[in-house]
Amino acid sequence: MEPISKHTGVVAPLDRVNVDTDQMVPKQFLKGLTRKGYGRVLFYDWRYLPGEAPNPTFVLNLPRYQGASILLTRANFGCGSSREHAPWGLLDYGFRAVIAPSFADIFANNCRKNGILLITLPEAKMDDLFERCTATDGYKLTVDLPAQLITDEQGLEIHFEMDPYGKQVLLEGLDDIGLTLKHAPEIAAYEQNHHPNATMYRPVDAKTALPAK
Amino acid sequence: MAPLTMYEKIWQAHVVREGTGEPPLIYIDRHLIHEVTSAQAFAGLEAAGRPVRRPDLTFAVMDHSVPTRNRELPVVDQDARLQFEALERNCKQHGILLFDMASPHQGIVHIIGPELGITQPGLTIVCGDSHTSTHGAFGALAFGIGTSEVEHVLATQCLQQSRSKTMHAVFRGARPAGVSSKDLILALIGKIGISGGTDHVIEYGGEAIRALSMEARMTVCNMSIEAGARAGMVAPDETTFAYLEGRPFVPSGQEFQEHVEKWKGLRSDAGAAFDATVELDAAKIAPQITWGTNPGMVTSVTDRVPEPGSFKDPDQQKAAVRALEYMALRAGTPMVDIPVDRVFIGSCTNARIEDLRAAAGVVRGKHVARTLKAALVVPGSRSVKAKAEQEGLDRIFLDAGFEWRDAGCSMCIGMNEDVLPPGERSASTSNRNFEGRQGKGGRTHLVSPIMAAAAAIAGHFVDVRDLGVDVSE
Ligand code: SF4
Repeated sequence: MEPISKHTGVVAPLDRVNVDTDQMVPKQFLKGLTRKGYGRVLFYDWRYLPGEAPNPTFVLNLPRYQGASILLTRANFGCGSSREHAPWGLLDYGFRAVIAPSFADIFANNCRKNGILLITLPEAKMDDLFERCTATDGYKLTVDLPAQLITDEQGLEIHFEMDPYGKQVLLEGLDDIGLTLKHAPEIAAYEQNHHPNATMYRPVDAKTALPAK
Repeated sequence: MAPLTMYEKIWQAHVVREGTGEPPLIYIDRHLIHEVTSAQAFAGLEAAGRPVRRPDLTFAVMDHSVPTRNRELPVVDQDARLQFEALERNCKQHGILLFDMASPHQGIVHIIGPELGITQPGLTIVCGDSHTSTHGAFGALAFGIGTSEVEHVLATQCLQQSRSKTMHAVFRGARPAGVSSKDLILALIGKIGISGGTDHVIEYGGEAIRALSMEARMTVCNMSIEAGARAGMVAPDETTFAYLEGRPFVPSGQEFQEHVEKWKGLRSDAGAAFDATVELDAAKIAPQITWGTNPGMVTSVTDRVPEPGSFKDPDQQKAAVRALEYMALRAGTPMVDIPVDRVFIGSCTNARIEDLRAAAGVVRGKHVARTLKAALVVPGSRSVKAKAEQEGLDRIFLDAGFEWRDAGCSMCIGMNEDVLPPGERSASTSNRNFEGRQGKGGRTHLVSPIMAAAAAIAGHFVDVRDLGVDVSE
């Protein structure tokens, strides 16, 4: 996972609430076996007309938003399916940060695991950003993760909240699995203590548990 | 000791470590995997040279992309076939039990887990699929995860998790005849909205929930994610224990009795505090139909397509305008005047034996409307299918002009050939009516199985209570 610290980029506004992960990467593209190549199909049904001609009215297709790496959007972004193809698509398209009033839960976890910075701001601040973004061609923001600050070239400064662990993971591009494996002795101890008498845990022997066909 | 909620009890029993500057690490008792969200996780393990820590707690099934007919023939969809082959290879290499397309136990992951007794009270259960919330119907803590987390669980049998808030959703009173568990959960989502449950685990309670069968409780918990909740749960009781007894992965005899005694202790203590409480009067709920492009855009069958202006929030107004345009609906149209092109009875929400029995009760001796392009019944598992055939339900559906298919996700997501064509309108017992969910340009209305069956017969939505068939179940 690529660390992210301070990032400056063109901002694209997706002015919709409840954008679900089915829209980000539709089901027909969930058959890949790798994490790569989903940028081309990001927002597929909105982005393309039949025959894969770009839909000229979709915001990401407007010339002024080409090369955008920061996405502004509305509440509950990423709701629905747990498919990690959605953040893979955002990242592959070039987005490093998404700014919205709120994010769906599983989606937020998936973004953190892929080094996408999610910034939550109150609605009023979002409205301000949307206005600035649509008013200025080529509008850019700088997101400064260490300082937890969003700035633009017009003197805007917005502080954002961030949980300390999530921040550390993004800054260092941490490997969660490697971290957890350092606790292997504690996991083994848990398994010992909860087997075989605890309520919550009982090992399963698939071979004996399943009836013959 | 302070009274605890069921969620808190299960949480506490699973904390491996906590309070160290890292998020809490919790132990996972059951890990379910399928072909669509696991390949990249196994590839990650391989790249790092990591083994699967507990193959014995991991169960795999093919469900999302499987064809629902001509199962004996080779899979023609090349990409799907590669996914199946990858899952097979990964399971074999790591010693994971796989229910492949030929297995009599194959079915939708959230249907076979409970059916085989893999799902039990008090367990933590995860799957790379958002509807893992289904398993909470047994008093388990069950939730969906992404592929990176799948990899994390495969490697460590643990998950970094932050503690959720708790919500108590209480359904008072008795559910009227013709109103199913699907209507209860749709009414709740209509009330609190599709992000109303965000950051929360919902515990469902009240008389109307206690009176539900396990199948119906699963329908309710299944759609917790549609309210944005991390998980949904129902306290285990006699209904739960009766369902579990004798299932393949459930302990038997004396050991079962000991488990039951412990399971009884899971329910939330009297006076336990929830972060939020919402109450609904089940007696006042009518059959529900969605009119828009998310499950919160829902209304009663007796109602009309709403005016966008009737919503307070400007974002919601905009979303409603957009949804009506996508759905090709005019505000003010009575819901029962909406015609349907296709009917889909299936999915992890409503493809259990009880759902098929209820739907068959409505179509028995009748025929689907001539205007209908297709009506599909897709049992949630091969066991459900076999049971239904034993009971003669397949004949009832076939005689009425339905297609009778093999088990899988099918038109819930349209990853196989069962897709809703552009511009067509479906009555579907699944859980998501997002734009393009069942097929690009397709228009989905979510309903209960009996409402879907009734729509198939009439060719448009009807209030199933007006049909004069017994819908009291
Ligand atoms: S039936 Fe639909 S919602 Fe359920 S697991 Fe399959 S695709 Fe997902």
